[in-house]
Amino acid sequence: MRTALFITCLADAMFPEVGKATVQVLERLGQTVEFPAGQTCCGQMHVNTGYQKQALPLVERFAEVFWPYDAIVAPSGSCVGSVCHQHAMIAKRFGSPGLVEQVEAVAARTYELSEFLVDVLGVTDVGAYFPHRVTYHPTCHSLRMLRVGDKPITLLRAVEALELVELPAADQCCGFGGTFAIKNSDTSTAMLADKMRTVLDTGAEICTAGDSSCLMHIGGGLSRIRAGAKTVHLAQILAATREEPMVLGRAERQAEVHAGPEAVL
Amino acid sequence: MNAPVMLGLPTMPPPAPRGVGNLRGDEKFPAAARRALADTQLRRNLGKATTTIRGKRAQVVAELPDWEELREAGRQLKVHTMADLPDYLAQLESAVTAHGGVVHWARDANEANQIVIELIRGKGVDEVVKIKSMATQEIGLNEALEAVGITALETDLAELIVQLGDDKPSHILVPAIHRNRAEIREIFLREMADVDPALSDEPAALAGAARQHLRRKFLSAKVAISGANFGIAETGTLGVVESEGNGRMCLTLPDTLITIMGIEKLVPRWQDLEVFLQLLPRSSTGERMNPYTSMWTGVTPGDGPEEFHLILLDNGRTAVLADADGRDALNCIRCSACLNVCPVYERTGGHAYGSVYPGPIGAILSPQLTGIEDNASLPYASSLCGACYDVCPVKINIPEILVHLRAKHTETYASEHRVPSAEAAAMSTAAWVMSNPKRWTLALRSGRLGRILGRKRNVIGDVPLPLAKQWTDARDLARPPKQTFRDWWAAEHGGER
Repeated sequence: MRTALFITCLADAMFPEVGKATVQVLERLGQTVEFPAGQTCCGQMHVNTGYQKQALPLVERFAEVFWPYDAIVAPSGSCVGSVCHQHAMIAKRFGSPGLVEQVEAVAARTYELSEFLVDVLGVTDVGAYFPHRVTYHPTCHSLRMLRVGDKPITLLRAVEALELVELPAADQCCGFGGTFAIKNSDTSTAMLADKMRTVLDTGAEICTAGDSSCLMHIGGGLSRIRAGAKTVHLAQILAATREEPMVLGRAERQAEVHAGPEAVL
Repeated sequence: MNAPVMLGLPTMPPPAPRGVGNLRGDEKFPAAARRALADTQLRRNLGKATTTIRGKRAQVVAELPDWEELREAGRQLKVHTMADLPDYLAQLESAVTAHGGVVHWARDANEANQIVIELIRGKGVDEVVKIKSMATQEIGLNEALEAVGITALETDLAELIVQLGDDKPSHILVPAIHRNRAEIREIFLREMADVDPALSDEPAALAGAARQHLRRKFLSAKVAISGANFGIAETGTLGVVESEGNGRMCLTLPDTLITIMGIEKLVPRWQDLEVFLQLLPRSSTGERMNPYTSMWTGVTPGDGPEEFHLILLDNGRTAVLADADGRDALNCIRCSACLNVCPVYERTGGHAYGSVYPGPIGAILSPQLTGIEDNASLPYASSLCGACYDVCPVKINIPEILVHLRAKHTETYASEHRVPSAEAAAMSTAAWVMSNPKRWTLALRSGRLGRILGRKRNVIGDVPLPLAKQWTDARDLARPPKQTFRDWWAAEHGGER
């Protein structure tokens, strides 16, 4: 099986640790991961902001770059949601019938990380070690677009030494919503305030999720109020082991906002 | 003589006209929302009410093993009806007429209001009673009647609270959801002439005061005005579902009944109600069944109104029907489940939407009824979280239509302006950069310049620049890493950098 990593433009630019962690987990499970350098962005930002035609070259590029692979894995429910639910729509509206077929075939082979681990590899215990109190926020597109269900929870339960606490009102949106966070920043902030309150109520030191974008928003809010809790991507928790644990808490050496330990860079 | 042959494209059906009705707000959503978010009493009232009703809905929906099949049946019935709407409307008209009713066709709010005014004047009265109706709110009927000296009295408790408070409804089902009982007591004491000054804010006492106030009006009114939840093409039957019984009073006591129904409220057959009467109460009030379901077919001598007028309202609906990607918004049965689960609605309330149709359904319906540019900020009033789609009893894919309308807006803007908007220019540039990996890699590396901003705390704090400010007002921004993922990969694995 040829497996490709789709890093997503956000993780590529801002959260490379999430990509490294995804590769680590997959390689530990015996997968050979390739990184096609021609990849850029899924085009979700364009589609969701109203620029569908401008997204066409990105949709074409995605299908072309990932066509040769049997499985495409991304550490993002939202970007995979866009590939699976929006690419065909863009292709139908602006592309050729051939493109529609191509994007549908590639979408059928594209997986969010927890889906790939549980459904394709059939693994729930990835051999991780993470001795922290953690709460899990199911991001909207993982929850309602991809229906990943409790796959991430199952993976987290199997992590050694991890104390998982349930997040109240977990299915409520954190308020990120892409350009919504900018265009409707007041409403977005009001939603964020409630999400932070529920996260802090759990007493967890880490809020995790399968999307760097939502975590950037929640983590950015927690950092601003000096909340003493932070966000870490699910892939980073699954990548941490007894031999190579993830070191948290040395502020001078790591970014505070969902970026992971910079010392590793 | 043959009709002249028309060449060229058929003209688009018109949107709901400006200057009448309540489909357009005075300001854009973000500005209106900003003010609403600062109202702590509103936030508290809404949070409490929507949380309660969400819980009730979830409980009664979970009881039905065939809920998903019911939703699918509801969706298919609506899609089928919309595909054959002209035929079904003609069928409804002949059935209503055959049973002694009179059918009027109103192209828009102005025509509908004028028809109502003439009918009331024909009866020689200057006061009418009303059943809660979204269609009459949409066309601004009360305002139109007031302008010609006719008083319309709302008999639904929540609509009465809104009317007495000189306020606007903020929810499809619970128009006074933004008020708590202390506020309602205060409105009653101020506006009801003969109310007991010792009135408490107990819900039962408030309802009792409203009942006393309304009872006299029911007995004296000669004309009643209603909307309709359903119109059945096969039989010509109209239906209203309600909780309080005030509707039943209006539908049976006055001599003349005028019903205003949007043309999309049609169902083909009597039997179709078995689906909708299961879907609607569970989705709207979270009840297995609503307390009152009233049905009437034309007139029945010696029983109920002697005269029945049905006004079929377009007001932009045909324009919505013309858009294949947006028309499912017409399938809405006005249950308001999408409002109650919407995280945006829960925090901003309904007034921020500027239209009588708030929340997720309003964000896709109002801009289509008015034409996109008159409500261009509404399709963006959503984080696209998808909670609305999950609860919709007729499975309207609201997030997908929101995204469609955003595109419709940017395309309309582009066609009407020679210079692209700053956002469009930025998006085109981003697409140009991202459609080529070399350009993308260079752009990523330049992002490291952002590191300069985050030296002190290792995060980027408040940046007083446009766009950056919208983010950093409330959230820190991660400092860009020293090395992007692709540069790390190239360093580790070799290959293109």
